[in-house]
Amino acid sequence: MLPFTLPLRHSKKPSVVKKSWWKITSFILLLYTIAGGFLMDVPRLFILNETIRNLYFHVAMWFGMMILFTVSFIYSIRYLRSSNYRYDIFAKQYAGMGAWFGILGYATGVIWVSVTWLTDQQQSIGSVLKEPKLLGAAIALLIYGAYFVLRGSFTDMDKRARVSAVYNIFAFVMLFPSIWIIPRLVGSLHPGAPGSDSGNPALNFKDIDSRLRMVFYPAVIGWTLLGVWITTLQIRVQLLKDKSLLNEPA
Amino acid sequence: MMKNIVALLKKDVLLELRQQHTFYGILLYIASTIFVLFLSVSDLEAGVWNGLFWVIQLFVCVNAVAKSFLQESGGRMLYFYSIVSPAEFVLAKLLYNILIMLMMSGISLFLFYIFFNNPVTHAAQFLGIVLLGGSSISLVFTLMSAIAARAQQNAALIAILGFPVILPQLLLLMRLSKTAFNEIFKAGAVLQITGLIIGLDILIAALAVILFPYLWKE
Repeated sequence: MLPFTLPLRHSKKPSVVKKSWWKITSFILLLYTIAGGFLMDVPRLFILNETIRNLYFHVAMWFGMMILFTVSFIYSIRYLRSSNYRYDIFAKQYAGMGAWFGILGYATGVIWVSVTWLTDQQQSIGSVLKEPKLLGAAIALLIYGAYFVLRGSFTDMDKRARVSAVYNIFAFVMLFPSIWIIPRLVGSLHPGAPGSDSGNPALNFKDIDSRLRMVFYPAVIGWTLLGVWITTLQIRVQLLKDKSLLNEPA
Repeated sequence: MMKNIVALLKKDVLLELRQQHTFYGILLYIASTIFVLFLSVSDLEAGVWNGLFWVIQLFVCVNAVAKSFLQESGGRMLYFYSIVSPAEFVLAKLLYNILIMLMMSGISLFLFYIFFNNPVTHAAQFLGIVLLGGSSISLVFTLMSAIAARAQQNAALIAILGFPVILPQLLLLMRLSKTAFNEIFKAGAVLQITGLIIGLDILIAALAVILFPYLWKE
């Protein structure tokens, strides 16, 4: 059973482990992330010091957000190809969870900002808000905000599903310049900006300390699986609500 | 294909020439916005000039492009549906809106030159950037207009849908415009940004052609 598909129609009941191995994995990985993240040894850099531990939470949120948005994008394409209302529900719920991850990413980022970027100098919060990565993430959240506004403006279900799928696909493609391309072109306080020697610690193996890697990758997988888990529950609730519309047992 | 696009384009231009109130409406919109700006601020510093110019471009585009799909009644859409393919229809609309926006960009640039002090040092370069920017903005808003035309409260929706999506391009355009204000860029950076904007334009046009068929099916 893949995590992104739902166990909706099964003739004979599979065992608990077979059915929910990924939920168990998520639980174990997050237990390890929190325990290992706070207790294991980390490299100490100037200014960053122990705050580098936030990597396991802050960066993992943005990874999770991007993965969930991608899943939502795929379901929007599947909706347009098949006109199956079920996929519209999937796309909506994954987009909503992705936006939540984005908000959590901001929340964890604020904690990190308050102890690293804002300490000794008398900086205003405004100087930090011009940060290109923050702007890119804000654009992403605005785009998905618009997606939900668009959904709300329809009364016709089929039309809503079709038009919002179109917007979702377009919006996801436009995310790439705002999150991935523009922040890499201009100076940034985040690692990976041009002119800094930090490389790309998120995606390049060589730019991140092996001690951090030990917890970081499990953390990304664990948080993402948790997001998928929550979303599948929301999808199930929605499917039950729309049972009469779907015309099949949920 | 080419013939159909040209025919649709001709139809839109003819419609514009016969019902001149929309065209003059936008013209008046540009003139009055810039005039209000002229009354409220006297001396503009280059950075502010640039920012205000692009924000006004954005609002002009929302107004100029918004009606492109709203003006087509349901019955007429059905007629188009039966005689042309969706790709032809949307390409004609994109081209027409680019034409309108190029004209409007030129006019608002001219008015900016008249009413305000002129911080632009490379006029030809800036004109090129403005035309590129005008067509980029109109591409995005044409697609947004097509989406919003399907929803109920469509006029307000265009702004809500379009603004977040246009932001990355607008940021790139504002940055690129600074070359025309004598700001020194890293070698190759200007070309890189220009290429990125043109690439995005092509991407948006391609997406419009791919996605439009799903929008106009009723």
